[in-house]
Amino acid sequence: MNLTLKIWRQKDSKTKGQMVDYKVTEISEHMSFLEMMDVLNEQLVNSGEEPVAFDHDCREGICGMCSMYINGEAHGPDRGVTTCQLHMRMFKDGDTITIEPWRAAAFPVIKDLVVNRSAFDRIQHAGGYISVNTSGNTQDANSIPISKHAADTAMDAATCIGCGACVATCKNSSAMLFVGAKVSQYALLPQGQVEAADRVRNMVAQMDLEGFGNCTNTGACEVECPKGISLDNIARMNRELMKASI
Amino acid sequence: MALSAFFLMFFLLQHLSINILSVLSPETFNEVSHFMGTNPIVQFALQPVLIFAVVFHFVMGFVLELRNSRARNVSYAKNNGAANSTWMSRNMIWTGLTILAFIGLHFIDFWFPEINTKFIQGDWSGTMQGVDGFRYHEELVHKFAHPARVIAYVVSFIFLGLHLAHGFTSAFQSMGGTAGRKKTLQTIGKAYSIIIPAGFIFIAIYHHFNH
Amino acid sequence: MALDSKVPKGPIKDKWTDYKNHINLVNPANKRHIDVIVVGTGLAGGSASATLAELGYNVKAFAYQDSPRRAHSIAAQGGINAAKNYQGDGDSTYRLFYDTVKGGDYRSREANVYRLAEVSANIIDQCVAQGVPFARDYGGLLDNRSFGGVLVSRTFYAKGQTGQQLLLGAYSAMNRQIARGKIEMFNRHEMLDVVIVDGKARGIIARNLVTGEIERHSAHAVVIASGGYGNVYFLSTNAMGSNVTAGWKIHKKGAYFANPCYTQIHPTCIPRSGDYQSKLTLMSESLRNDGRIWVPNNLEDVKAIKEGTKKPTDLTEDQRDYFLERRYPAFGNLVPRDVASRAAKERCDAGYGVNATGEAVYLDFAASFERYGKEQAKIHNIENPSAAKIKELGQEIVKAKYGNLFQMYEKIIDQNPYETPMMIYPAVHYTMGGVWVDYNLMTTIPGCYAIGEANFSDHGANRLGASALMQGLADGYFVLPYTIGDYLADDIRTGKIATDTPEFDAAEKDVTERIEFFINNKGTHSVDYYHKKLGKIMWDKCGMSRSAEGLNEAIEEISALRKDFWQNVNVPGTATEYNEQLAKAGRVADFLELGELFAKDALEREESAGGHFREEHQTEDGEAKRLKEFQFVSAWEYKGEPKDAILHKEPLEYENIEVKERSYK
Repeated sequence: MNLTLKIWRQKDSKTKGQMVDYKVTEISEHMSFLEMMDVLNEQLVNSGEEPVAFDHDCREGICGMCSMYINGEAHGPDRGVTTCQLHMRMFKDGDTITIEPWRAAAFPVIKDLVVNRSAFDRIQHAGGYISVNTSGNTQDANSIPISKHAADTAMDAATCIGCGACVATCKNSSAMLFVGAKVSQYALLPQGQVEAADRVRNMVAQMDLEGFGNCTNTGACEVECPKGISLDNIARMNRELMKASI
Repeated sequence: MALSAFFLMFFLLQHLSINILSVLSPETFNEVSHFMGTNPIVQFALQPVLIFAVVFHFVMGFVLELRNSRARNVSYAKNNGAANSTWMSRNMIWTGLTILAFIGLHFIDFWFPEINTKFIQGDWSGTMQGVDGFRYHEELVHKFAHPARVIAYVVSFIFLGLHLAHGFTSAFQSMGGTAGRKKTLQTIGKAYSIIIPAGFIFIAIYHHFNH
Repeated sequence: MALDSKVPKGPIKDKWTDYKNHINLVNPANKRHIDVIVVGTGLAGGSASATLAELGYNVKAFAYQDSPRRAHSIAAQGGINAAKNYQGDGDSTYRLFYDTVKGGDYRSREANVYRLAEVSANIIDQCVAQGVPFARDYGGLLDNRSFGGVLVSRTFYAKGQTGQQLLLGAYSAMNRQIARGKIEMFNRHEMLDVVIVDGKARGIIARNLVTGEIERHSAHAVVIASGGYGNVYFLSTNAMGSNVTAGWKIHKKGAYFANPCYTQIHPTCIPRSGDYQSKLTLMSESLRNDGRIWVPNNLEDVKAIKEGTKKPTDLTEDQRDYFLERRYPAFGNLVPRDVASRAAKERCDAGYGVNATGEAVYLDFAASFERYGKEQAKIHNIENPSAAKIKELGQEIVKAKYGNLFQMYEKIIDQNPYETPMMIYPAVHYTMGGVWVDYNLMTTIPGCYAIGEANFSDHGANRLGASALMQGLADGYFVLPYTIGDYLADDIRTGKIATDTPEFDAAEKDVTERIEFFINNKGTHSVDYYHKKLGKIMWDKCGMSRSAEGLNEAIEEISALRKDFWQNVNVPGTATEYNEQLAKAGRVADFLELGELFAKDALEREESAGGHFREEHQTEDGEAKRLKEFQFVSAWEYKGEPKDAILHKEPLEYENIEVKERSYK
């Protein structure tokens, strides 16, 4: 199929950017979205232009690098996928596709479609861990039984890949789903409960400091999350925060 | 936000229960109104809390909106919000502003005259010339004589419904509403956001056609 | 230089304990004055950084990604092995050791593997304490599954995302140390050279991938944890950015590179669909627990399926060839990866491939749906359940086990694997070869260590499933933090290493010149053009089966391609900005050298072992034929061109295990 692409081009974080139109031809419906971008870039390199910069790495939907706002949706129109798992069969011949970087004050653009998500790392530094030494001199792994339900729910929260689609899609650029997922994972496990109160307080404080917006429960994050992280995690974080404040 | 919302939602429920009496039994309505209007606890404790809650709710609403819009300094060229969220959830500020405007009208209609009667003129009797018994029912019915006001009220209540359609569950979610009860809460929320405005609309229209 | 593996004396089960008791330690106050650089933040690098920082060293960690959490360890799916014997099925440290050595086709170092098996149980304890949500049974205890090449259930897992959860565990341990200021994290930085001062590794030259700035970083030791080199094939299951550069740079400065030809081709990947394909997607080997692999019995059915006139579900049992079950009745669909991959290739080469490219076999779950469905019907007291009901119940169980993999498959192939069998084909997945290290995990450069997939040590010629995660974390959490102390104990009075020395000047100059060359070359072909060409040579001639003829051709072709690359490569943009093409040019340049050494190593190894299959060396029924005279590690010393590399042999001795023919029949 033949497509028109409207892509955000921005030289670096200091330069102003703009949308630029490109045409690509003979795109197979079996290609992934990023393979389509590869075709465009090969075309640009061969014609002496600068290729479009975009983040990507594992190309199997788990590393969380890829981050494109496609036709007004984080990771594009398909559900439960990252940009690299989006396939061109979701589009029709002759379509115009708008491609933008994640937009949030806390995620400044580095170049074109590449943004800086180190704010997420700093939130994790504030408390996204259990303070246990890595000596291996811990008790036997089976010494504390954990109910299957708790373990499974913790796992569902831990599935977050930190891509930032929740922030990108939220009208408030809120990072509550991301933070809620981490807080929930630890809150649900006995190992995490020892420092639960400090953790939620510190992580939320850092989140606010980074300039993310507040949650107004639109639920957009849950819909666009490639890993289906549930809104319940935000509720659980709110509960944890209230518990910690009382 | 959520705490003031809970209070306001409770207030709305209470307000509607009393107002519906104006349709069912004008006498009871008058008595309850008089009680609410003259009881010192209601007047000097609950009323200020209510006013505080209203002011707090909309001031916080503005602050929230401002902070949230600042969290995205460059907006998207193309954004398909409808794909992942409801219109109500994305437009709380607009439905809220409509309700705020309505509160202005509502104050002019009822609250300012009440304050004037009771606190400036010092008339705590609850009666008025030419009316047997209490005045409240008569005043209420009188207000809905003019169709423009009825239309304004009806429109405002529709916006209130839209505001509540998101606000009810949102408030519970913000307060950490548990996953297990989510379905139930959503159902109650839906019912609440339909019944409350529908009730008020019914009262306005009823009195318009029955005065 | 003769290779000294430094394996301690004594009985194998006491070696590690005795060794730990006798090595030099650095006291806590002195650790504060010692810096360690760790390149790579996957399971090995991340866990090493966290542990070294926790011990008190000042760690500088480098990742080319935008966060340590994105290292490619995250993509490991199936699980992690540990000799816990929670299932009571007779597992033990010795059995895990035995399975790993046998699985590696008797080409790994005994003492290292035993140590790995020994510390494996600790890894699970550690990870649980860190909040890794492993799968549990209804009693609240940890669940296990079984993997290829073994007869016990010792694999711990977190859905199909075990690598992700373990990496996030290591990342969380790092975060704790970053918050304490003990780890300084350099994201979006790429190591471009190692700096040697007085014969010791004392720092690196790194490029900031955002600004293009060239930076000097000094330390008392350098740890390379940069993963494997599967991307030399262009198409692999590795991440797009995975590269050999860090390992290759130290090789060029004196570290020997061991067994480059040992590559694992993983049997259960999603088949290629066209030439535009940028990478291959793996599906966990755990699928082979419940899936049966087959192709049609006769070529007419193959043709009919390809033309679309027949569906795979139309074929009756006797029209199907369950070739793994036929050839290997004892292990069936659970034979090790190399065996399964070659068997699939053999069928496809014979014309039985079931998709348009002729490179796919079926992985069928119908039998499992039925088996689980009947079991569930019994559990739920459903009498005389209909076939549809059984299938439905069975599918629920399979969905709970592999739901995310089935979903992934459907997203990519656009077919519902609950209704029609999956199609799979082998793909390059892991490289057992890597930088040569001794028992301390130190390379032949003093003070330079290599851990995780970047080194060669534990998997021999073939890695068993769920052992990569085990090795990465064992190296990082439990081995390196001890062994590095033995070396650093001599450095407590060294003081800070200066970066304004001639050694740093020279290394930086080399790096800058190379970058300037790429930017100014203005050639005719893109970097990917060369990478794809290299990949094709590698896959065709150094892939699942290799011959002397093909390998000689490969050496010639790669050498010519490299020459062409250095004349005609085109890198757009400038050196002082975010420039992915520039970063990639450097990586492909290194792959073009490694590729040739790879082929040379494969040519010299005149036997078949594990992932290395030489057509000249096979038994009558097509199995790999190992030769006693090749029971050694090939460690290559850099001497300029890859063809000039010098071979050093580390003999492998097996005192605790009998070297047998590796049979899974």
